[in-house]
Amino acid sequence: MSNSRRNFFKQVAAIGAGVAITKPAKATEEFPGYPDSYGILHDTSLCVGCRSCEAACNEVNQLPPPEKPFDDKSVLDKKRRTDDKAYTVVNRYKDRDGEKKPVYRKIQCNHCFEPACASACFVGAFTKTPLGPVIYDPSICVGCRYCIVACPFNVPAFEYDEPLHPRVMKCTMCYPRLLEGKLPGCVKACPVGALTFGKRKDLLSIARERIRKHPDRYIDHIYGEHEMGGTNWLYITGTPFEEVDLRMDLGVTPAPEFTYSALSAVPMVVGLWPVLLTGVYAINKRNQKMAKKEEEEAVLAAIDKTRKEEQAKTETALERAKKEQQKAIDIAVKKALEETSRSKDKEENE
Amino acid sequence: MTTLTNRIEHKSIFTIQNIISGIILLVGLVLTFLRFTRGLGTVSNLSNNQPWGFWIGFDLLTGVALAAGGYVTGAAVYIFGNEKYHSAVRPAVLTGFLGYAMVVFALLYDVGRPWRLPYPFFVSQGVTSVMFEVGACVALYLTVLFLEISPVGLEWLGLKKTRNLAVKLTVLLTILGVILSTLHQSSLGALFLIAPSKLHPLWYSNYLPVFFFISSITAGLSMVIFEGSLSQRAYGEKMDAKHLKEKDDVALGFGKAAAIVLFGYFAIKVVGIAAGNHWNLLFTPYGLWFQVEMIGFVMLPCFLYSIGVRDKNLKLIKFAAGLTVFGIVLNRLNISLIAFNYRLPLSERYFPHWMEIGISVFIVTIGISVYRFIVTKMPVFYEHPEFEDLH
Ligand code: SF4
Ligand code: SF4
Ligand code: SF4
Repeated sequence: MSNSRRNFFKQVAAIGAGVAITKPAKATEEFPGYPDSYGILHDTSLCVGCRSCEAACNEVNQLPPPEKPFDDKSVLDKKRRTDDKAYTVVNRYKDRDGEKKPVYRKIQCNHCFEPACASACFVGAFTKTPLGPVIYDPSICVGCRYCIVACPFNVPAFEYDEPLHPRVMKCTMCYPRLLEGKLPGCVKACPVGALTFGKRKDLLSIARERIRKHPDRYIDHIYGEHEMGGTNWLYITGTPFEEVDLRMDLGVTPAPEFTYSALSAVPMVVGLWPVLLTGVYAINKRNQKMAKKEEEEAVLAAIDKTRKEEQAKTETALERAKKEQQKAIDIAVKKALEETSRSKDKEENE
Repeated sequence: MTTLTNRIEHKSIFTIQNIISGIILLVGLVLTFLRFTRGLGTVSNLSNNQPWGFWIGFDLLTGVALAAGGYVTGAAVYIFGNEKYHSAVRPAVLTGFLGYAMVVFALLYDVGRPWRLPYPFFVSQGVTSVMFEVGACVALYLTVLFLEISPVGLEWLGLKKTRNLAVKLTVLLTILGVILSTLHQSSLGALFLIAPSKLHPLWYSNYLPVFFFISSITAGLSMVIFEGSLSQRAYGEKMDAKHLKEKDDVALGFGKAAAIVLFGYFAIKVVGIAAGNHWNLLFTPYGLWFQVEMIGFVMLPCFLYSIGVRDKNLKLIKFAAGLTVFGIVLNRLNISLIAFNYRLPLSERYFPHWMEIGISVFIVTIGISVYRFIVTKMPVFYEHPEFEDLH
């Protein structure tokens, strides 16, 4: 208890100092990762599933009252996810053998270093703040819900029952409270110290220390240290991560890299396509022109040919006509000659 | 006497077709009212796990793919110089334009705050988003299609000068159209790149943008053939001799092209599986479903197209076109709905609400009505007598 209280004070001191330093010196911090950013460590081996964090979150974020009160344990019988009325939920996982106590795990936004939601949003409604929190601006959101599609941790939720002004809802890591130098609501409310707030790098050492001290209690892995490129919310647990719904197959690649190559192909298409297409067009146009020219030439030649043929025909016809005429003349002359000779004969006979 | 009554019956607006359209439009208006007064939750089964449903899967993804006929035909005729398909351009561009208009119309229902749709361009640019590229290209392309189809309206209105100006832009617009289509057809596939952990590995691939682009070409070619056979039945008497004469040429030529592209598409899909080394998944239930899509709706139509073209069997070609179109619908729904969230238990899976489908049907009905109006009034299937030979 004294340990957790000391932690608490340490946390408050840290956050106070942090804000004081961070505010003026924001620009000096470097992406990716914001090494001095804050985070929260959730230790499932300490969590008792009391749902105090849910209640506190509901209160500090002024969310609508829940259907069943926060001290109603029957809620835990069903697996839940975050929704537009709850930025965080705690789920109960039965231990495999049923021998040990059940395990509880809290879900909320993990505040990724390079958030899928932010990279997916086409108006840039999400911002990764240098303090750590990933925050959302409803004043520009169009409501396309691509951020919800993109989030690998199934966190953001949508106000489906809001006809005209629906918002995307998710944990803010209590960004407004951090700016006031206050602890996140859920961390403050946790009665057993299962949630620790602090600088992310300090949280990593705390987590490593716990794992080193109690190798029997923990699996040697800090979830969120590298997952999806690293997150500001971290988890340690004694139960295999998959069994508390923390997927181990997400890999360490930050989400923006999945779409990076597709997006960088855009200038390629924009640069190359017009050239290629215009080229193809020009070649075809030329081919068409050539074809047309050839065709025209062929037509001309054909006309020429027919004309010549015609001419030749006329000439032969003329010739023939001439010949025929000649013939006729010849015949006529012959006839005339014959006639004269005949008449001569006749005369002589007489 | 009989001809007279026939004529009157023909003119009456109470045809079965019109009555059905009327009912659909009425229901659609009621659903529209519900959507904008009660919210998406009332009219859809969309959830936090399945934020994109039937409207994105069918109206956006499928709609855009099936409207690809515009750029494909424009490219074939104006860029690749296949003048003999000229009569196919107008119907294809018209379908393209109406298709994209319907897509945007559907988005007005789907997004939370539709009046903010111009925000990504004028208020805050999220340039890291694939969606930004999709939005920008679709908006620009809709404008291009509008300009491309404008001569139809201008001829109808008799605005000769403006019309001739618009026609002069044809080649430029066609090239622009191809660029924009390449970009957004592929980036619709790229939308899903961000979620490798949610889409089944047989459908997820780094090549998704290429798959979407290539399959949009098969979709465009097949839609032109498919739609051509439908419109011939309905508007045969509207078509001029040139259109009718070229019709079969179009089917044969596009059929041949479709066979080749489908084959290429099949090949790169296989490359996709090989690259991810997902052979072992082919005989899981999802794998069998994947095979149905690949063999039944890619390989089979490819084969049928080839035979149809070889034997000059127009019926077979049209059938293959229908099969390909159905295959595209299936592929887009697989990626956005069926193979998406494949890890979720069945109870949390999505099935469209009837009202979602109702709104889609409503939008398509409006699109078809506008199409009918335009093709019966304006020179789409025939050349306007005053503008013949002016291309
Ligand atoms: S967990 Fe999801 S919502 Fe939170 S920052 Fe990461 S991607 Fe965004
Ligand atoms: S729903 Fe809003 S925040 Fe999410 S991606 Fe769309 S515009 Fe961005
Ligand atoms: S950090 Fe704040 S918003 Fe996030 S879960 Fe805790 S109380 Fe809720």
